[in-house]
Amino acid sequence: MNDPVVILAFAVLAIVMLVSAAAVVLLRNIVHCALFLALSFLSVAGIYILLNAEFLAAVQILIYAGAVMILLLFAIMLTQRAGAIAENPPNNQVGMAAVVAVALFGLLALVLSGTSWLTGAPAATQPNTEALGRALFEYYVLPFEIASVLLLVAMIGAIVIARED
Amino acid sequence: MLSLNAFLLLSAVLFCIGLFGALSKRNAVAILMSIELMFNAVNIMLVAFARFLAPASTVGQALPPVSTVGQVFTIFIITVAAAEAAVGLAIVLAIYRTRRTISVDEVNLMKW
Repeated sequence: MNDPVVILAFAVLAIVMLVSAAAVVLLRNIVHCALFLALSFLSVAGIYILLNAEFLAAVQILIYAGAVMILLLFAIMLTQRAGAIAENPPNNQVGMAAVVAVALFGLLALVLSGTSWLTGAPAATQPNTEALGRALFEYYVLPFEIASVLLLVAMIGAIVIARED
Repeated sequence: MLSLNAFLLLSAVLFCIGLFGALSKRNAVAILMSIELMFNAVNIMLVAFARFLAPASTVGQALPPVSTVGQVFTIFIITVAAAEAAVGLAIVLAIYRTRRTISVDEVNLMKW
């Protein structure tokens, strides 16, 4: 992890991610917010690649930058009045929200930098997608099946809730 | 030197940005977008722990190595987040259909 190229990639990804995340919560036009959210999801995928999680990077792009973004854009389009500019105003507790967020960050930074983690895992040299699949289907078969049932329930629930009449 | 702390701090900043957005927005879709940012921050933290924590911290021989456990957790979080987004946006559409607004300041039906 000491390769200067890796550090440069981390810096670029972190800056893109944080700037686009700030744009998501600060911009007034909600369509712009959604597009910056997609950029933020893509840089999270880059961070996953830096962390030797290439399968998760692919899943991140497919599920978040693909499926969830399409859902969000459809919801934005379906909830705009015709001709109105997509408005996304802040509410009247922006100051309190900023105080809470900064306070939580201070607390997290204090705890995270004060803890001595038991680090030292060897860097994986080969792709770990196979190990991930083995772990998923040998040790976590029941949670995997329950997750598929959860997705089915969510799909039926979304159809029933959003249906006309 | 790119250490575990760099990734943890990045994740903490992203989580706090998402928290600020979730607390300070009127538009229900914008609140859901901020919640997705917070999910991503937690996922980064889990994957960073999976990458950096020493193998000595594995729970036992009966479990796969800690580097895969963290990623399996992340896969389940992504699954649940996708389900949450689908149901949440369906609720937003249903609210818009009945009340012609998705401003959470005006949708106070369940506020006591």
